[in-house]
Amino acid sequence: MEPMLLHFDVDGNDFTLAGETSSKVKKMLTKLGFDPAMIRRTAIAMYEGEINMVIHANGGTIDVEVTPEKIVARLKDTGPGIADLEKAMTEGYSTATNQVRELGFGAGMGLPNMKKYTDDMQIETEIGKGTCVTLTILAGTQN
Amino acid sequence: MENRHSVTLDKNSCTGCTNCLKQCPTQAIRVQNGKAKILSERCIDCGECIRVCPYHAKKALTDPLESIHSYEHKVALVAPAFFGQFSKAEQLDVMLSALLEIGFDDVFEVARGAEMISKKTRELLASGELLTPTISSACPAVVSLIAVRFPNLIGNVIPLRSPMEVSAKEARKEAMEKTGLPKEKIGIFFISPCAAKATAVKCSANVEASEVDGVIAIKDVYLRMAQQISTLTADKVQKLSKSGADGVLWATAGGEAHGTYIDRKIAVDGIDNVIKILEAIDDGKLSDIDFVELLACPTGCVGGPLTTENNFLANSRIKWICKNLPPMGEESDSEENLFWDHPVTYRSVMNLDPDITVAMQKALEMERIFDRLPKLDCGSCGSPSCKDLAEDIVRGNANENDCIFRLREKISALAREMVALDTQEQKTNEEDETV
Repeated sequence: MEPMLLHFDVDGNDFTLAGETSSKVKKMLTKLGFDPAMIRRTAIAMYEGEINMVIHANGGTIDVEVTPEKIVARLKDTGPGIADLEKAMTEGYSTATNQVRELGFGAGMGLPNMKKYTDDMQIETEIGKGTCVTLTILAGTQN
Repeated sequence: MENRHSVTLDKNSCTGCTNCLKQCPTQAIRVQNGKAKILSERCIDCGECIRVCPYHAKKALTDPLESIHSYEHKVALVAPAFFGQFSKAEQLDVMLSALLEIGFDDVFEVARGAEMISKKTRELLASGELLTPTISSACPAVVSLIAVRFPNLIGNVIPLRSPMEVSAKEARKEAMEKTGLPKEKIGIFFISPCAAKATAVKCSANVEASEVDGVIAIKDVYLRMAQQISTLTADKVQKLSKSGADGVLWATAGGEAHGTYIDRKIAVDGIDNVIKILEAIDDGKLSDIDFVELLACPTGCVGGPLTTENNFLANSRIKWICKNLPPMGEESDSEENLFWDHPVTYRSVMNLDPDITVAMQKALEMERIFDRLPKLDCGSCGSPSCKDLAEDIVRGNANENDCIFRLREKISALAREMVALDTQEQKTNEEDETV
């Protein structure tokens, strides 16, 4: 069976819209009857990724591929890229501005949480060009 | 779970308008053949439709006051919200004594049960055994909402019985001791601000068999009560109230949260606000909060669909009343089980098909249909929005022609086709004639 493809544009200028894509995906997965725990993992990981795209990279695109076996979300931006990936994966490390932190974000838990809630996470990043994060959530695992 | 709802429709009064359709938080209403229809498996008995129906066609099935007479000893189980209903009656004893004048033999305040639940909640929160944020279980509409839409959060709901259930058990025990009657001769009647409570009594999500024998709407006894209160002489006022401010405050938003005595808590009222905060909790955004009080009705139980008084006024009255009460009333020495009999289960009703592959095909079809719809969300088709109509179509419960705009497009196309056909026909005739 053909995978179901969902495409979203993430607006980098409007902070109030951040989280809208993960919320839409959550609704769709619920309609498809996926296991609630799997939906939750997908939604949390995608939400973190979406926030990252808004606060660091001025938005981007999210493409989600849905099959009964797995959900693959590709979050692509043309932002600054991640300079030190190892550091970025450390809990508590953040390059977010004070302004963003005042809004309650930038706690340095974004990428670590995305890894925690997914079965696989691949990051391709290039300084000055952008970042592409691919999240995979498998059906039937407890992660 | 069997669905025996208290919210029902009076077909004769229903005009088929779209007021309830639009307001329903679980999209559980459709208008078919000019009448509203409640999709039982989705309904959470919140009573929003009762509140918005301008024709009073939505009703809550409750028991009439006369039904108490089938019991030898009748106890009124009084919701704290009841105390906010009457003007010039700020003494609990006056309101409770008036209940004895309209036919009850005794009263029991649910506020007392609420205090027992508050105490247990404090113990459990201190034990650190609960998932946080811990969600209150007091509002039955909220518990149903979580069971239908937020399966991941079922584990966060504190597994305690409602103050109504706890109080009903206590009330029966007290009545048996006082009268010496067997338990079946004692009738326990909840005087309710709430439609969902009527359902919770008939078919609870977490208790085997309710201790409550009947549910009487506050609005159904309001007039008789108001008359009694205004004419009640001092000699008829008995010392009946045993509850404290902590219990009575449960009538209003923030009351239960207050009773936890902790700082990291929030209280959210109104079903739309409740949905928003549940979404946030589901997304892991409330990590710095330990306790969440959620009430489906605006301003809390005083805003229930079965109340009479303006909810903001009732809210204030509850606060005035509580100023003169000790924080806690007479403590019950009961060691009754305060926990649920069985856990709440996920009511999976939102998925398009039990088979994910089939559901995916239906979802794709749904998107295609949605693209063709006008996206006005007018409700004229009988579904709450264009999205819902698309869903109803793929579920086989509606037709694209139910959309009056799509129908008009099709009629115009058909008309154009007929004109074209007619023109062609005329041309052929003319050609025939010239031959």
